[in-house]
Amino acid sequence: MELELERVDEIVEKNKEEAQKKSPLIPVLQEIQNTYGWLPEEAMKRAARKLGVSLASLSGVASFYNEFRLKPLGENHIVVCTGTACHVRGAPLLVAELERNLDIEVGQVTVDQKFSLETARCVGSCAVAPVILVNGEFHGNMTKKKISDLINELE
Amino acid sequence: MAKIASPRDLTQYQKQAKAARDKIETFITMCGGTGCEGSGCREVINEMDRKLAEKELQESISLKVTGCQGFCEKGPLMVVRPAGNFYCNIQPDDVEEIIEKTVLKGESISRLEYQDPKTEEKILKEEDIPFYQNQERVVFKNNGFISPTSIEDYFSVDGYSGLVEALFNMSQEEIIEEVINSGLRGRGGGGFPTGQKWRFTYQEDSDPKYVICNSDEGDPGAYMDRSILEGNPHLVLEGMMIGAYAIGSSQGFIYVRAEYPLAVKHINIAIEQAREWGLLGDDILGSGFNFDVEIMEGAGAFICGEETALMASIEGKRGMPRPKPPFPATSGLWGQPTNINNVETFGNVPLIIKNGADWFNSIGTENSKGSKIFSLVGKVNNTGLIEVPMGITLREIVFDVGGGIPGGKEVKAVQSGGPSGGCIPKDLLDIPVDFDRLSEVGSIMGSGGLVVMDEDTCMVDVAKFFLDFTQDESCGECPPCRIGTRRMLEILNRITSGEGKEGDIELLKRLGEDIIDTSLCGLGQTAPNPVISTIQYFKDEYEAHIYDKACPAGVCQDLIYYNIIEEECRACDRCRRVCPVEAIEGEPGGDPYILYDDICIRCGNCIEECPFSAIEIIPGQKE
Repeated sequence: MELELERVDEIVEKNKEEAQKKSPLIPVLQEIQNTYGWLPEEAMKRAARKLGVSLASLSGVASFYNEFRLKPLGENHIVVCTGTACHVRGAPLLVAELERNLDIEVGQVTVDQKFSLETARCVGSCAVAPVILVNGEFHGNMTKKKISDLINELE
Repeated sequence: MAKIASPRDLTQYQKQAKAARDKIETFITMCGGTGCEGSGCREVINEMDRKLAEKELQESISLKVTGCQGFCEKGPLMVVRPAGNFYCNIQPDDVEEIIEKTVLKGESISRLEYQDPKTEEKILKEEDIPFYQNQERVVFKNNGFISPTSIEDYFSVDGYSGLVEALFNMSQEEIIEEVINSGLRGRGGGGFPTGQKWRFTYQEDSDPKYVICNSDEGDPGAYMDRSILEGNPHLVLEGMMIGAYAIGSSQGFIYVRAEYPLAVKHINIAIEQAREWGLLGDDILGSGFNFDVEIMEGAGAFICGEETALMASIEGKRGMPRPKPPFPATSGLWGQPTNINNVETFGNVPLIIKNGADWFNSIGTENSKGSKIFSLVGKVNNTGLIEVPMGITLREIVFDVGGGIPGGKEVKAVQSGGPSGGCIPKDLLDIPVDFDRLSEVGSIMGSGGLVVMDEDTCMVDVAKFFLDFTQDESCGECPPCRIGTRRMLEILNRITSGEGKEGDIELLKRLGEDIIDTSLCGLGQTAPNPVISTIQYFKDEYEAHIYDKACPAGVCQDLIYYNIIEEECRACDRCRRVCPVEAIEGEPGGDPYILYDDICIRCGNCIEECPFSAIEIIPGQKE
């Protein structure tokens, strides 16, 4: 995939300008990820040059934080919350069900690139646990049955 | 719009906002918090907007989308005011009826009313519902009334009066003194006296100084801070401003999790509004005080809730903590004196300044003053956010506010303090909830997560869950935490998969104590707590796992098996159809079905599907 790397320059410029007293480094990574859906190496290289830091230190930051992805997602991204409330209300069984249903493991993308699956530590919707997020949208009180319906809808 | 140039201006705007509010006869407050969003409140709100427009009622009836109202279990929910009709579990189809009957004619709709699970009685008014009745809402008081995106709404509840009091009627020392006298302690988990912290930063003779609001709420099972920021962001801003003025800072930061998009959005809007109205910027209200706030979105690292790691993150580095001292009050962000408080702590500040230390002091216990917001979740009927006075007992929280345990089950334990806390067993539920008592029984107050566990919760599994979390979130800097938590997790994995052996419990305890003693920061120093407290109170469960190879709660998959109860099975074929691995065999209408244990993966599908409860979980391994 050909990336329009000019976007990276704009992102760096914009965040440098906006940051008053904080470092623009993490905001830049966040915006690159929002733009591309992940952090492509080419974009990271360009951003590092533009920010005046080494690629090693930028990658160091990117790999430290859970939010950053070093590989692309599927068309539909499913996140299962595995926080405490979700855990005691059966999130592990939901994860297993999704892994079986999609035939991938957590952190992987299906062969047809249609689905990717991740777990989250806590998305803060504990009262309606267990919760999953499909393309950023919250679905509370999930059951395995509701999950199959959701996946069938997306397929 | 003109900037507010003086306290008198502000009073004027507050009066206007109140008059505008009082003019509206009927208003509907609809919860727009994240919990309700998970239950589909957006569709209801859109439908309500559409219907009100269709009926040309937008002028006379105001629809207010508020932040979290707390009773997330029952969402989507709304209150029709001023009558106070409380409706829950609302669907878009109900909207027409609500407008026609309740809003226009004042009739109530029984179907949408709350039903008490204990008495099965329908309850119409919000204030009569036990969930709300047993709370003391201080910080949360206005969450259900104001629109978080309207600064006028905040004015209408005397917003920013605390700031005026601080800027014009008090010296910096007096403010600090007042906060010390109030007895306010940090609500993020540590419980350090807030006023003391302010004094340390105030006493540093260095410029610039920074103020940071820590909203990197990472404890799984807790979402208080998110709901304050989502529901009443100006309250937090006002608290920060008072703190900044007291210690002599002109730059603040709000470090908020990027996973909380609605909180980020609302606090951004609030900052923009405050700037437009002259409440942030130079010469605020003509007092000569300058202050501005910048938002930093966290990138998903639990460790960044630790203050030195959080500051490293603002500086654009990996979020690794460093040894203390020096404390942030001396050398914090960019090496400058920095004061860090939690969201809820800042939320209390304007109220203390407005109402005085004595008022705050009158709530709570001897060493824990005020109220505390908890997220009450897990196996409890009324899940949601609650604000209760310090000193209330856990039993009152679980049974009076929480409405007890669903499905007639028994409570087994309450977990407080997240991954740094412990599990409090049911025979200790009568202890009062305050900082000291919770730590005496081996847990901590923490930031306010309370996860209720019933007899179906395996305590070894819970301990493993937390350790898996802390092990994964350990930043890797110091070996006790990096390697020690991993070793502990390996032992727990062995125990829950049937490989446990004699000496494991003692080894876990010894390792845990060493990790507590030698880790660099709070994460490692508290990581073993969930294991140690479950060993203390639920040793028999560990022993069952190790010696009997059985999980008494029926959770650990290697230590249980499924069994079809022949007398109950009606051979309806449902279980066979949902089994993903073809472990069940039988003919519809024929003999009771047979389940092959060597094929079964214990996914639970058949149990969920069986209408006759004919499939049981048996602790132990099949011969």
